[in-house]
Amino acid sequence: MKLTVWTYEGPPHVGAMRVATGMTGLHYVLHAPQGDTYADLLFTMIERRDHRPPVTYTTFQARDLGADTANLFKSAAQDAYDRFKPEAIIVGASCTAELIQDDPGGMAETMGLPVPVIPLELPSYQRKENFGADETFFQIVKTLAKPMERTKQISANLIGPTALGFRHRDDIQEVTALLSDMGISVNVVAPMTSSPQDIARMGAAHFNVLMYPETGESAARWLEREMDQPYTKIVPIGVGATRDFVAEVAEITGRDAYIDTSRLRLPWYSKSVDSTYLTGKRVFIFGDGTHVMAAARVARDEMGFEVVGMGCYNRELARPVRAMAKDFGITATITDDYLEVEHVIEALQPEMILGTQMERHIGKRLGIPCAVISAPVHVQDFPARYSPQMGVEGANVLFDTWVHPLVMGLEEHLLHMFRDDFEFHDAAGASHHGGSAPAASAEGGPAPQTPRGTSGQKKTESGDVIWLDAAERELKKIPFFVRGKARRNTESFAAERGMGEISVDTLYEAKAHFAR
Amino acid sequence: MTELPRLPPSGGCRDTPILKQRGQREVFCGLTGIIWLHRKMQDAFFLVVGSRTCAHLLQSAAGVMIFAEPRFGTAILEETDLAGLADAQDELDKVVNELLARRPDIKQLFLVGSCPSEVIKLDLAKAAERMSQTHAPHVRVLNFSGSGIETTFTQGEDACLASMVPVLPKDDQRQLLLVGALPDVVEEQAIGLLEAMGIGPIKVLPAPRATDDLGVGAGTVYALTQPFLGDTHDALTRRGARHLPAPFPFGEEGTTQWLAAIAAEFGVAPDLFGQVTAAPRARARKAISQASENLRGKSVFFFPDSQLEIPLARFLTRECGMDAIEVSAPFIHKGIVGPDLDMLASGPTISEGQDVDLQLDRARDARADLTVCGLGLANPLEAEGLATKWAIELVFTPVHFYEQAGDLAGLFSRPMRRAGLLKVDAT
Repeated sequence: MKLTVWTYEGPPHVGAMRVATGMTGLHYVLHAPQGDTYADLLFTMIERRDHRPPVTYTTFQARDLGADTANLFKSAAQDAYDRFKPEAIIVGASCTAELIQDDPGGMAETMGLPVPVIPLELPSYQRKENFGADETFFQIVKTLAKPMERTKQISANLIGPTALGFRHRDDIQEVTALLSDMGISVNVVAPMTSSPQDIARMGAAHFNVLMYPETGESAARWLEREMDQPYTKIVPIGVGATRDFVAEVAEITGRDAYIDTSRLRLPWYSKSVDSTYLTGKRVFIFGDGTHVMAAARVARDEMGFEVVGMGCYNRELARPVRAMAKDFGITATITDDYLEVEHVIEALQPEMILGTQMERHIGKRLGIPCAVISAPVHVQDFPARYSPQMGVEGANVLFDTWVHPLVMGLEEHLLHMFRDDFEFHDAAGASHHGGSAPAASAEGGPAPQTPRGTSGQKKTESGDVIWLDAAERELKKIPFFVRGKARRNTESFAAERGMGEISVDTLYEAKAHFAR
Repeated sequence: MTELPRLPPSGGCRDTPILKQRGQREVFCGLTGIIWLHRKMQDAFFLVVGSRTCAHLLQSAAGVMIFAEPRFGTAILEETDLAGLADAQDELDKVVNELLARRPDIKQLFLVGSCPSEVIKLDLAKAAERMSQTHAPHVRVLNFSGSGIETTFTQGEDACLASMVPVLPKDDQRQLLLVGALPDVVEEQAIGLLEAMGIGPIKVLPAPRATDDLGVGAGTVYALTQPFLGDTHDALTRRGARHLPAPFPFGEEGTTQWLAAIAAEFGVAPDLFGQVTAAPRARARKAISQASENLRGKSVFFFPDSQLEIPLARFLTRECGMDAIEVSAPFIHKGIVGPDLDMLASGPTISEGQDVDLQLDRARDARADLTVCGLGLANPLEAEGLATKWAIELVFTPVHFYEQAGDLAGLFSRPMRRAGLLKVDAT
């Protein structure tokens, strides 16, 4: 038993959902209790997907346990087939269904559904989300992909992108462009964007680009062994890695290592004098192994930072992360315990964190700027604009996003010079971040307009209306993020009516007046 | 007292046949309630004994809202715990000792059962009893189930409050107990109105702190502020307390009826009742009429989610002029929502539980002007051109009583106003 406050990865069936939701024509029948449907909102809310994930949950309840959960599974599977008519079905169990041992895979196979049924064994009490995605995709590929004649033009499959992946949507486009510039076409991108029919023709590609080892490595290895398709080992995040990736592709295909650098700005931006202030910034890097290793290289070689700590939450990549950390002269933090990461950051006192949404919280609490480089994701990690991490534009994006949280060059000096200026002090933060208040208290957060003082009658800004104590107290009960608006509305309401003081009633009269 | 509610001439929905379908239920489990309960009870910690899925649910539902270290966590069961159960109790002791050592401010610890802990029959009641003895008098340890196999969304709060009732001290004094976790500002408004009528003493469950002197007994009468508190209702009745049935305090009418039921019990003079409620009633009516402008004559379809559906449908149809097409709730407890059903004019389909795919078919056929549903369905339905309101916001936002009546109408009118404002599609 392990005490957990926040988790970096969900359970393995959520990994399977990421595969299914990224694909089309595939349906997932998941034996699970009611409540597990919460996972739908990851996709519809965080990623803003406009379709429900293609998942049917059996949603059994306590009263079903004594009776017949197996039949419930069968009818759910049959209904799902009849309604959605998928090209293939994956079936599995969530953590609770694993305990009741109904064997969804076995049951589904005996049902005689007219499409391939792929059973998943995802041990919920041992493994996690990334394993779930990797294993699910591997099983799908193993079942559906068949050897076939290669395409005439040199082509590659892009392997690893899933739903809810960190910038997967845009990385696909960037890598496609890199390959296209070398005269290589893309055969299938999978799992995201593919259908079971597409998986079946993966064998037509000459090689595979493994974009995300976390979710695609098992499939890439199997395809190498069974289909004789080599796969790329370099993940093109950062300028150096992108160049190395192009060289690796050139070696696999025999094409020229061509890269169009006309839009590549990171090298010059990093050399330009304003960036001098980045020199030796102490950074701590944490996330999934792939993004952490890529970020460490960019941080040291392309931004001129000093990497003071790095680590990953997925033990599957512990070995290469440890090796790289050793090369950097530091010790890697391999843990999925959020509190442990927080302790390490507190001890190292870095000037910046390159991490996940969880480290963003840590940074907020400790007052350390943070840029997000890896899943777990948040609604902010799905920007409307094109924002890849890979390739040429990815490098530009890294420069911008990593510099943004920092106080800019000359401004940093001015802050030091005018340390005691009442509005130009340390706690004021970077000017381009807008109304940054001093560090928020843990409980409530900053109030846009905090009441001045705590006792006595307060005059308003216009100076002619008085807040009675009770009204002032009532105002403080209003959530901080609307308090300022409530105060302004009430004051203008009172002023318009020539009222001399604001009582609790006035406050609510005003509220009713402005109700929309 | 005050005037009785105008009952619909065509009859209410109390005896409308309820549509019950069995299939996939797109709902949260009771663990979700922890997200607001842990903010309300400031010295309590909620320890879910469950799986990684439970931890992931709490984080996904709460992640964007909580910045401080939360007063909840998950003791994640591992392979070794599943092998032998004697182990699991020891392991749980270890986790709790570790937790209480780190958080000495905790006075109440709730062990919260989950689907996996229920299925392996991990006895949390036994654990809570043992730990209560070990950690008395400093920490009180209770247990309840928030599992998806037993509870739906807001039923978690019900299970939590119900678990607190048996350990409340016996207190036979005449008192009013308000039951349900409400935002402080709302709770204080209600107490303010009732005190102005001379009603007291007034207590609330849950109390913000374990040390607050809350007792219960034969002199207690209680009013529910939320329609999902069936088990708590039963537990209080067993302790000799008496329920004051009333419509729920949503909107001007609901609030007035709810207050009136209490006032009648305490013999408040009609003049005084009128005096106390006149101004806020007028404000509520005014605010509702402004906020509901674009709701009048529009149709609404409720998916089952928070259990608030029936009282809200009553509010939207009677005070905002909407037409309800379907009103569904995860389960329907007529002893609790009966007064609201009486006031809801017959016509809409009343359904309990769901088969989500069949219900989606009905919602697509109906194409209501507003569809109230959970987060998993909202964006997909918006993409089909249906305006939606996410039901979870109704649980997190102050919406009860007079001063929030306009806000409540506003929550429903905003998505429709927005749909009218946006000019982003090619014409």
